[in-house]
Amino acid sequence: MADRSEPSQKVLALQRFGLGLKPGRAAGVADVRERLLVDIRSEGAPQPNVSFSGAAPIGRALYAFEDEERAAREARRVAGQQGVGQGVQVASAPPAPGQPQGQMTAPAQPVPQFPQAIYREEAVARVQGALEAETGFAERLVQFWSNHFCVSVAKGNFVRAMAGAFEREAIRPNIFGRFEELLIAVESHPAMLNFLDNQLSIGPDSRAGKRRGRGLNENLAREIMELHTLGVSGGYTQGDVTSLARIITGWTVVGRDARLGFPGSFAFNPGLHDPGGQRLLGKVYRQEGKEKGMAALADLARHPSTAAFIAHKLARHFVADEPPQALVAELTRVFRETGGDLAALSRALVTSELAWAAPATKLRTPQEFLVAAFRALGRKPDFGQIAGPLGVMGQPLWQPSGPDGYPDTNAAWATPEGIKTRIDVAAQLGRQAAGSVADPRALVEEVLGPLASAQTRQAVARAESKPQALALLLMSPEFQRR
Amino acid sequence: MGADDCERMTPSRRAVLGAASALFAWSYMPKFAHAAAGSRDSRFLLVVLRGALDGLSAVPPLGDPGYADLREGIALAKDGPEAALPLDGFFYLHPAMPNLARLYANGQASIVHASATGYRERSHFDGQDVLESGQGGPGKTDSGWLNRLIASLPPGEAVSRHGALGVGVVPPLVVRGQAPVLGWAPPRMARAGADLVQRLGDLYGERDPPLALVLKRAIETELIASRQGAEQPRGGGGPDSAEGMKRIAEGAARLVGAEDGPRIAALAFEGWDTHANEGGAKGRLATLLGGLDGALATFESGLKPVWKDTVVMVVTEFGRTARVNGTVGTDHGTGTVAFLVGGAVRGKRMIADWPGLKPEQLHEQRDLKPTTDIRAVAKGVVADLFGLSGPVLAEKVFPGTGGLAPMQGLIV
Repeated sequence: MADRSEPSQKVLALQRFGLGLKPGRAAGVADVRERLLVDIRSEGAPQPNVSFSGAAPIGRALYAFEDEERAAREARRVAGQQGVGQGVQVASAPPAPGQPQGQMTAPAQPVPQFPQAIYREEAVARVQGALEAETGFAERLVQFWSNHFCVSVAKGNFVRAMAGAFEREAIRPNIFGRFEELLIAVESHPAMLNFLDNQLSIGPDSRAGKRRGRGLNENLAREIMELHTLGVSGGYTQGDVTSLARIITGWTVVGRDARLGFPGSFAFNPGLHDPGGQRLLGKVYRQEGKEKGMAALADLARHPSTAAFIAHKLARHFVADEPPQALVAELTRVFRETGGDLAALSRALVTSELAWAAPATKLRTPQEFLVAAFRALGRKPDFGQIAGPLGVMGQPLWQPSGPDGYPDTNAAWATPEGIKTRIDVAAQLGRQAAGSVADPRALVEEVLGPLASAQTRQAVARAESKPQALALLLMSPEFQRR
Repeated sequence: MGADDCERMTPSRRAVLGAASALFAWSYMPKFAHAAAGSRDSRFLLVVLRGALDGLSAVPPLGDPGYADLREGIALAKDGPEAALPLDGFFYLHPAMPNLARLYANGQASIVHASATGYRERSHFDGQDVLESGQGGPGKTDSGWLNRLIASLPPGEAVSRHGALGVGVVPPLVVRGQAPVLGWAPPRMARAGADLVQRLGDLYGERDPPLALVLKRAIETELIASRQGAEQPRGGGGPDSAEGMKRIAEGAARLVGAEDGPRIAALAFEGWDTHANEGGAKGRLATLLGGLDGALATFESGLKPVWKDTVVMVVTEFGRTARVNGTVGTDHGTGTVAFLVGGAVRGKRMIADWPGLKPEQLHEQRDLKPTTDIRAVAKGVVADLFGLSGPVLAEKVFPGTGGLAPMQGLIV
């Protein structure tokens, strides 16, 4: 049934590895493989355009914001005491008829607080970069690694302000470097240290541990082995988790006192670090300070279980829920033989005949779908147009419900409510874009080309309105599956 | 009731008294004499708490001498302004759960303590896979046990005819599989027109049968929901907020309570991974427990006409460490607590073979030792609610659990 002609395979490859055809640039789908490979550059993925440069200035601004907020709260408290409970009276008064509650005292247009303001800027910049990308292969890899090493803004203000910086500083520069470098950049980033509580972890035998009688938090250590490197069945024990937790004590975030560096940046705090050797996976680590953790992470990055785990996840993401075994084996081999060279791994993926030949079974994730839709429709979305649909489709930016990231199989996304919600989103996008798209039938050719089935062409041509035609295009099997 | 029945009513007491050899004596007794399965139009809702609920905080064993020391900084107390709510004199309930305490006192809730699945590691995701797939180990996650349960029932029955409801844009694994799954989530944006949906249904029918099938199920669910009345408000909090839990419970109750609605539903509440600053009577965990408590009350009121035939089972993938960690939270542990709530529950019972909290009594000197297999509880509930036989439960629903008898006497 599917068209297996060469041009159709090439458009499918652009969807499988990238973000789909860009209208107006369909001038032939020749050299698709070469166009995808262009994205593999030693400096990593392109950086989105935002006003803050990195974690340290964001951290400083966040602390300043929190200090101001605290001072304002204190001022209100003092004022409330002097005002003999007037505030209480106002708050408990019933709303005037016809006036919704909550609007009485709130300002007309509330200014987003600092963490939310920067989250919005980062979200728009990230999507904008994906819309501008030629094939989007590097952007897709950023999404993959950002999900593999996810943080969630639901953790609190710190991660909300830092999530974008985390992706810009730890992920983007390292996706074509060695896995070891990516791993160390991620695990030492303030956003990750906060998200998985390592900045709170205190070595029981450290100076601080002896003084305060507080201790380890093994959250980050566990997820490093289970989710980031070896995989859950990668052959480690609870004892290894505790050892790694001790090894990375002292990996922390500089506080507002700036004692160990710039506020909000990474620091190694020897006062929190558990001294002495630790046995991890049968090997004893005796390095001093931060070097101990660096050595442990480097070994985890090169572990055979890590190679197999990453290879399988990569193939599952890009190719099929049950990826061809031979492809997984090939990617595992490349990972091991190159010492985790991610450029080589990415190149092996997009040049594999197995990866090209697989049928289009994967449903685009909500984030992929929304970006592909904006690209197809030529939209420049604002924050609300990004956050609204992603929220209802179950994949808001940098907010998975757990440290394992968003699901990556059809079982999770191709569900009744999931599809129904996608249709709602497509209907809304169709209404928004109807004025700017000249002819939906022509757009089908521009964004799906040889991939479009006769039935999809016909459904779009026979739609009762332009918005409906666009929604049908966006929800067609050929647009949804890759 | 005879002496055996009294014994059955307070298993925790028995365990506390040290008569451990009598554990699960009821498992070997004849099935309770209640109306034959089939004459009752049962409803079953499974609530999964994602993140590993701290059972020692939710249902603190204040009678255990080891409790207070292990829980330094977050321990609950029998007295004072934020006192825990009494259950059976040994176990208490977190003060954020007054509705559950009331249901328990009214004989409509039982609590299973020191329980766990067969999973003994500490990965959330594997733990959830095992809990929801019903398999002996992780990694076999193509279908969930509630889905296979439905697939095992005669096709004509109301239960199988109406399928299972998976709440959420991403429905829980426990209901996914071959048997029909309906999907619903609290609406958060305007719904697309019926004509567009129809046209897509036709297109999928010709080009993409799997998508055609999921769309058909979405339409069926929406029809039921719309017949049940009131359009829901849009927006609102997620499944890790009290408000979100209430909205999800309202919607699930509306669908499961409908005459032509699904008889079985699964939903998930999130945010239970309390590594740091867990809180005691107040705080982060207390807020979540309050949300769960509100959802239970919402089920009770939303399902009023069928409440007498309803069981809500609340489970989590595993528990948390017995000892408080270095950051006034708890890490991934094993034994925890499960709740059975509903008019069909033979309630006011603490079901536990209490292992104790001394270091040598803990699992790996870390966790509350699990002494009750949650699968035996689930098997007992669904066997009595839906009339499933032991072999089907042991081979299809929970494969490889032939040696694990369904716990009897859980249902009125």
